[in-house]
Amino acid sequence: MSYEGTFRVWRGDAEGGDLEDYRVEVHDGEVVLDILHRLQATQTPDLAVRWNCKAGKCGSCSAEINGKPRLMCMTRMSVFEPDEVVTVTPMRTFPVIRDLVTDVSFNYAKAREVPSFTPPPDLAPGEYRMAQEDVSRSQEFRKCIECFLCQNTCHVVRDHEENKQAYAGPRYLMRIAELEMHPLDVADRVPAAQDEHGLGLCNITKCCTDVCPEGIKITDNALIPMKERVADRRYDPLVWLGRTISRRRA
Amino acid sequence: MTTTARGVDAPGRARIGARTLRSDRWWLPPVATTAGLLVFVVYATWRAFEQKYFFADGRYLTPFYSPCVSHGCASAPGSSHFGMFLPDNRLIPYAAVSLPFLLLFRLTCYYYRRAYYRSIVLAPAACAVPEPHGRYTGETRFPLIMQNVHRYFFYVGVLVSLVNTYDAVRAFWDTGGRFGLGIGNLVLLANAGLLWCYTLSCHSCRHVMGGRLKHFSKHPVRYWAWTRVSALNTRHMLFAWVTLGSLIVTDLYVMLVARGTITDLRLIG
Repeated sequence: MSYEGTFRVWRGDAEGGDLEDYRVEVHDGEVVLDILHRLQATQTPDLAVRWNCKAGKCGSCSAEINGKPRLMCMTRMSVFEPDEVVTVTPMRTFPVIRDLVTDVSFNYAKAREVPSFTPPPDLAPGEYRMAQEDVSRSQEFRKCIECFLCQNTCHVVRDHEENKQAYAGPRYLMRIAELEMHPLDVADRVPAAQDEHGLGLCNITKCCTDVCPEGIKITDNALIPMKERVADRRYDPLVWLGRTISRRRA
Repeated sequence: MTTTARGVDAPGRARIGARTLRSDRWWLPPVATTAGLLVFVVYATWRAFEQKYFFADGRYLTPFYSPCVSHGCASAPGSSHFGMFLPDNRLIPYAAVSLPFLLLFRLTCYYYRRAYYRSIVLAPAACAVPEPHGRYTGETRFPLIMQNVHRYFFYVGVLVSLVNTYDAVRAFWDTGGRFGLGIGNLVLLANAGLLWCYTLSCHSCRHVMGGRLKHFSKHPVRYWAWTRVSALNTRHMLFAWVTLGSLIVTDLYVMLVARGTITDLRLIG
C-alpha cells in the first residue's frame, strides 16, 4: 500500500527556524528515515540529516518523532495512521547545527571525564581471565550504540541547561557502572560517581530506559545499583562499621 | 536567564514553539498513578485511624492493624499477639510500630519514587515533556537525600512481612484453639505471599543479596540469591500496585466480616 503522508520537519539553525509542512509518498515497510531521504531526493536537497547504517546500530539518526526521542531508522511508518501528521525535529537537549543535525559534543566531553578501564597493575594484557557470571552485568551495557537518546530525554539536562556541567547523564553513569562492576577494574569509581558525575541528580524516572533502542535496563541495572553502592559508602552506618572492623583486622 | 530561555528553549537549541510535540496521551499515566495512590492513601488513613472492625471471627487480623500493640486492641480479644503497650488514643494507630515504617518503605522505594516524581512532582510528568520547575537538585539535598536510607526500611519491611505471615498462619486457629479454613485464610495467605514478593523484589534487597559484589564467581550462594531476586525485581512495579490492591481487599474482607456485613465462607471447621 502507498499513500501520500503529511510531514512537519523542523528546518533551521541556531539562529532560528520553523516547522515546515511537506507531502511525501509513503510505501509499505518504510521507516521515517526513508521518508526523509525521499524528501531530500524530491523536494529539499539541502535538508540536513545525520545517518549511517539504517539498521539501528550506528546511533546516528537520533531525532524526535511526534515529540518522542527515537531513531529515525527504527521507527516504522506503519505505527502511524495514514492521515496522521508526523512531526520530525532535532534532539532538543543539544545545540542545533542545522535542520535535524545537532552538536552532540557534550557527550564526548562527558566520556572523556570517565577514567578508562584500570586493570590490576600486575596483570599484563593477554593474562586477563574472567568468569562469565562476573562479566555478564557489564556486557549488557556494552550494547550501547551511543545514540544519545537517553542523554537527550533525561530531564536533568533537557530541562536544566545549568546542570550540564555537573551531570554526566545516564549514558556515562552507565559507563561508570560498567567499569565499577567489571571484575578486573581496580579503580574506585563510587565517590566520583556521586561527587563528580552527578549521580545524586538522577531521580530514577526511567525515561532513559524507556527510550533506549537497545533495550538496556539503564535505570534498574546501572543507575540504581550505583546509587546503592553510594549508599553503602555514604549513608549506611552498618556497612561503614563492618568495613572499619574488617580493615582493622586486616 | 528568563523563564522562556530555560530547558528546551535554552540558547543554541532548536527554536521550536511548542514545549512538547508529543501527540499521544502522555498525561494519562501520571493522572492514573495519582488517582491510584490517592485512593490507597485515603483508604489506608481512614482505616488506620478508625480503630474498629479490625479483627474478625476470632482469627482474622487485618494487615492495617498488625501487629496490634495498643491497649485499644483489648476491644477485640485475641487480636494482639505481641503485647499491648501503646496508649489507646484516637491519634495513635493500633499498629503504630509498623505503619510509619511501611509508609517510609514505600515512600523511599525506587518504583514509588519514579511514580510520584512523575505524577505528583512532575519532574518530569512524562518523557520529553518539560517539567515546570525552574531549578532542580534531584536527590542531592535534604529531604530527598534521605531516599538513600531505603535499605533500612527494607529491613523493617522484612520484619513486618514476617509478622503478616505469622498472622496469616495463626488465623487457621481461632481464639479457642479450633482449627478451621475459610475464604479469609486464603485472602490473608495470598496477601502475605504478595507482600513477600514486593519486599523481596526491592532494589535494595537485590543489592544486599549480591548486587554489591564484584565477583559473583567467588560467592555462588549469593549469586544464586541475586539471580532469583533479580527475576522478581523485573516485576517490582507490578508487585507495588498489586500489593496496594491486596492490602485494601484483605482489609475490606476482614472489616466486612467483622461488621457482620458478610459471613466468612468456611471450607473446613
